[in-house]
Amino acid sequence: MSPNDTHTDTLPAGDPAGAADAATKPIIEIIGMHKWFGEFHVLKDINLEVRPTERIVVCGPSGSGKSTMIRCINRLEEHQRGKIIVDDIELTNNLKNIEKIREEVGMVFQHFNLFPHLTILENLTLGPIWVRKLPKKEAEETAMYYLEKVHIAEQARKYPGQLSGGQQQRVAVARSLCMKPKVMLFDEPTSALDPEMVKEVLDVMISLAQEGMTMIVVTHEMGFAKSVAHRVLFMDDGRIVEENEPEEFFSNPQHERTQLFLSQILH
Amino acid sequence: MTPHPTATPAYPDIKPPVTSIGLIGWIRANLFNSWFNSILTLLVLAGLFKTVPPMVKWAFIDSLWTSTSAECHADGGACWSIITANIRFILFGFYPPDQQWRPLSAMILLVVMLLITRNRRWWHRALAWAWVAALTAMWLLMRGGFIGLQFVESTQWGGMPLTLILAIFGLTAAYPLGVVLALGRQSRMPAIKSLCVIYIELIRGVPLISLLFMSSVIFPLFLPEGITVNKIIRAQAAIILFTAAYIAEVVRGGLQAIPKGQFEAADSLGLNYFQTMRLVVLPQALKIVIPPTVSILISAFKDTSLVVIIALYDILKTTQSTLSNPKWMGFSTEAYIFLAAVYFLCCFFMSNWSRQLEKDLST
Ligand SMILES: Nc1ncnc2c1ncn2[C@@H]1O[C@H](COP(=O)(O)OP(=O)(O)O)[C@@H](O)[C@H]1O
Ligand SMILES: [Mg+2]
Repeated sequence: MSPNDTHTDTLPAGDPAGAADAATKPIIEIIGMHKWFGEFHVLKDINLEVRPTERIVVCGPSGSGKSTMIRCINRLEEHQRGKIIVDDIELTNNLKNIEKIREEVGMVFQHFNLFPHLTILENLTLGPIWVRKLPKKEAEETAMYYLEKVHIAEQARKYPGQLSGGQQQRVAVARSLCMKPKVMLFDEPTSALDPEMVKEVLDVMISLAQEGMTMIVVTHEMGFAKSVAHRVLFMDDGRIVEENEPEEFFSNPQHERTQLFLSQILH
Repeated sequence: MTPHPTATPAYPDIKPPVTSIGLIGWIRANLFNSWFNSILTLLVLAGLFKTVPPMVKWAFIDSLWTSTSAECHADGGACWSIITANIRFILFGFYPPDQQWRPLSAMILLVVMLLITRNRRWWHRALAWAWVAALTAMWLLMRGGFIGLQFVESTQWGGMPLTLILAIFGLTAAYPLGVVLALGRQSRMPAIKSLCVIYIELIRGVPLISLLFMSSVIFPLFLPEGITVNKIIRAQAAIILFTAAYIAEVVRGGLQAIPKGQFEAADSLGLNYFQTMRLVVLPQALKIVIPPTVSILISAFKDTSLVVIIALYDILKTTQSTLSNPKWMGFSTEAYIFLAAVYFLCCFFMSNWSRQLEKDLST
């Protein structure tokens, strides 16, 4: 854990000065980044700095480019202009660098994407054994540790198809954690879940936040944003339209489009 | 959770209603449930009554099993003696008769290995080595030429061992080659991709017979003077190249069925291309395509019989040769029934195995 970590036990909502100590070097830096899908300009001049232990929530209407932006951070999507620097490595076509960055950046998907042909335990040990080159025994111990943490250790020998959506998503979080990532990206982790399962996943994410994990979370769970985020970004039409501390963001949105969006989702 | 108000169930458990009872019930529900079905049932019964008893009489009651050909010609029943009297030639072709215990042992070894492999409990790395050892042993045993074993040239190999060699080596080599071709066809590198596409389409565009001809007639023309490649190996290569192209297309279908999210999850863990394919994608894709793959393997097994056209004596050819012996002419029905039974047993083994494998692998 980073020595500058000031957020190990408390969760003062929206206290950017605490985590984002201006002197700390950012772990993610996006500078003037653009992306196109063919002719379609999806991301326009994205600029973002994320410091270790910082927690950022990204929201915005569907199709605004939220997923695409965070997928650029671990190069699931390629950007065409500007720079993305993760953990001091710039993302280019260099495959070795891409793999190195992916080791350090965990990702949780909307649809879990667990490997259905492997048991829960095997899902969790796959990365550590093959990428981190850990011995199997050690990888399994780590896996069990994180399964305990997401309260699902008793399911270790089952297959993903035998678990509920909420359980699968918690396994997916644990799978990423087993790689001991420096940053976690979440792409709408609760939006494919039945309502009664949303909380169990959010609880896991909150406890992760309490431990000082650096997180970028795309979500429309505004309660989560209020209590956990240091900063909230609002995206629309491929741009970051507004960026603020949660309190300000929700009580006093600056931009017209932000106001419209908030009025729609907060009823 | 909120505690339930103390609601005792008003209905005791009841059994599902009985729809049919016993054999009579089943017959009435399935065979005589309408006048049309009743007529069909009666017609089928009449047909069976007309055909089955005479067939049983011919095949079993009036049949001769160990007679001479003269006795057979006098008798009206099936002459299975054509098989029993010629079994050694049918099974082993021109392999020297006093040495035929060697291909026999090789085949027994093969069957034992197949039966062991059938059980997934034995699937360890050791089994792979056991296969390498067994195949080497079989080859040495067939070939000889050491410690007192007479050398038997492969031109003399024939019959069942030849069929099995062509099939087993053909299928085990074609399968991985097909998988590689399928991956190549999905590759993002244009050179590799187009190479694989061209290969697959070319091979699928010609019949196996023409490939076998090419391997036996045209291919030697390209070899430098004095170098010859064994005819069996050439036929084997043709079968492998042919089958691989078909397997590639089936596997490609499986690859396409894997959701994008699986690749993304593997990527985001930092797995490289080969790890992603080997650990995540192929295990799922190959499992999906077990049924069509086995269809291809079964038809490839039967296609090995086409090697007769380049004068290799597989079991089909040895059986036919027996028929051309004047003594045994006229018993082709019996001979071909026997052949069909042999092929059927092998193919049934394969399809049965695949069904079991599918069941074992379902998660
Ligand atoms: N692979 C792709 N090819 C073409 N267009 C895409 C692709 N992925 C996303 N898009 C488009 O890019 C835009 C942004 O998508 P996305 O980042 O998924 O939005 P969000 O996550 O904010 O809903 C959408 O208009 C979507 O249709
Ligand atoms: Mg999205």
